[in-house]
Amino acid sequence: MSQLPLRAQLASALGRTAATLSRATGRGDGSVIGGRVGLALEPDLLRQLAQNRRLALVSATNGKTTTTRLITSALQELGDVATNAFGANMPAGHVSALSSSKDAPYGVLEVDEKYLPEVIDTTGAAVVVLMNLSRDQMDRAAEIWLLAQKWRRALAGRNTHVIANADDPLVTWGASTAASVTWVSAGQPWKEDSWCCPECGGPLDRKGLEYVPPGGHVSGVVGQASPDENDWACRECSFRRPQPSWILDGEAVVDPRGRRWPLDIQLPGRANRANAVIALATAEAFGLPVERALPRLREVRSVAGRYTTVEREGRNARLLLAKNPAGWLEAFDVLDPALPVILSVNAQGPDGRDTSWLWDVDYRVLRGRPVYVTGERKLDLALRLEVADVPFQLTDSFVQALAAQPPGKVDVIANYTAFQQIRTEFGRAV
Amino acid sequence: MPSDSVLRLVWIYPDLLSTYGDQGNVLVLEQRARRRGIPVETLHVRSADPVPESGDIYLIGGGEDRPQILAAQRLRRDGGLHRAIGRGAAMLAVCAGYQIMGSVFGGEEGQPVEGIGLLDIASGRGTGRAVGELVAETDPALGVPTLTGFENHMGVTRLGPGVRPLSRTVVGTGNGDGTEGCYAGKVIGTYLHGPALARTPGLADLLLTWATGTQLGPIDDVWFERLRQERLAATLPRT
Repeated sequence: MSQLPLRAQLASALGRTAATLSRATGRGDGSVIGGRVGLALEPDLLRQLAQNRRLALVSATNGKTTTTRLITSALQELGDVATNAFGANMPAGHVSALSSSKDAPYGVLEVDEKYLPEVIDTTGAAVVVLMNLSRDQMDRAAEIWLLAQKWRRALAGRNTHVIANADDPLVTWGASTAASVTWVSAGQPWKEDSWCCPECGGPLDRKGLEYVPPGGHVSGVVGQASPDENDWACRECSFRRPQPSWILDGEAVVDPRGRRWPLDIQLPGRANRANAVIALATAEAFGLPVERALPRLREVRSVAGRYTTVEREGRNARLLLAKNPAGWLEAFDVLDPALPVILSVNAQGPDGRDTSWLWDVDYRVLRGRPVYVTGERKLDLALRLEVADVPFQLTDSFVQALAAQPPGKVDVIANYTAFQQIRTEFGRAV
Repeated sequence: MPSDSVLRLVWIYPDLLSTYGDQGNVLVLEQRARRRGIPVETLHVRSADPVPESGDIYLIGGGEDRPQILAAQRLRRDGGLHRAIGRGAAMLAVCAGYQIMGSVFGGEEGQPVEGIGLLDIASGRGTGRAVGELVAETDPALGVPTLTGFENHMGVTRLGPGVRPLSRTVVGTGNGDGTEGCYAGKVIGTYLHGPALARTPGLADLLLTWATGTQLGPIDDVWFERLRQERLAATLPRT
């Protein structure tokens, strides 16, 4: 952006230098430190860097990084795109991303749920993408109803276009103060945080679906719900699911003109098909039609280590990241039932220090396959599996768990820092 | 509970109050009963439905401010839980569920909200959030080993003469006066997640003993015990 004021140009350049130094000295990928240096010199830097570009902000509890990547890939069809591909999703990361692609006319930024109101306000982004809200790291994160309420306030009275998942009642409520919304039926397998109306507190009725208690008789496998099964309405007030214009229907997407496109993406699982439909709806808001966007989405094979395969001594481990109960439910859907699985759980700051959430995950779907347990909180997970009658083997480390496998394929599910530890062990696998 | 019949667990309002792995308390009770040959039936009661009076053990969990207020209103209107406790059922109430058992608790802005009056306690909002591991020495009269768990709340709870402290805190905040939780009759309240019964299975056995009226035999506790020892070692100050 050549029209940046001198101070902002300097702040931006020094930030990039700090980022380069951080990478060169092996301290990190530089996406946070660079932004912090820039913001310290020019607090208005994010607003200035955001000017004169079309920005999409992407927020949700799960799928932010992957969807940001999918939208970025699609929009590259139109021109250069600035993006925080490494998941540094707070303002310092946004400064860093925009600063390192100064001339890109487009930007796609993953935004932490809590920071979204501030970042909408600062950047004046044209498009905001909202996918799902569920319980996550309760010891440090805000309550999700309060988050949705803050989204509503941030979007009210603005000329922002929102792409939102109509199947998630809390997301719908959070998005519905926006001037214009493209509603997408992207599904909502995890419903434990939305049995009550966000507007009035009354019970939500779901068409064709009786209340299924958590830990009830359903397995963790995510079914192929027909689009109608995603319908919901409050029994006591007028709040109900808006009519979606994009629909995820099994392996395909139905666009607003009723055309059906097989998704055929390389990223596995229902959650990624949902992310892809959201990405297609977002691309169209940027003027990019499905026929040009979809081939770009199909090129994405892994995202910052997610879904990548690492190899050691003939064992090929596919890495899945799951940080909360909704994420584990989606991860189970990706597992190959014929393969053993390694589970790794930590409880460091970024994971949430309270491991109680393990009890919200229904592990019974893992019965009948070899299960290996590791991570800093392996004993919490071991007891959880014991109570679920899932046989398991306790191992001291991921490497030991991998070595315990016969040569061949194995699936891995790990939460945030456990996942990063595995990536580091394998040279920051992407 | 007659010895040949089924143990009935009632989980109250999982649609409102089950935010912190509270399902774990239900699962641990189920498992520890079944392993002793006691058949179990669990009923999940949504907040739009009546609370049955015929349960043996009632469980209610933690949650956010707004669902907590809704749960208190609905339980008061419903009356089923009051009748069940009145006829001698046992209960475990956790965190937000613990607070609403009292006469009053702190609402979204700290304003006093009327509780359901099943325990002689009164709660309000404290100045800071209590977040972290908690260890407490249980009332010796209960015969339950050291309590361990995770607390995450802003509540301060004052115990009235009608209840006894469940435990005295060694690490953590609990009620805010050096005690954690309380009990009266067969009703236990606690701030602890973890969930509480997974971290302190002795508490689960106490509820089962109250509900069945019989002494329970020992079961294989190896994974419970390994987790307890690890958590206690990680939390207690090194001597």
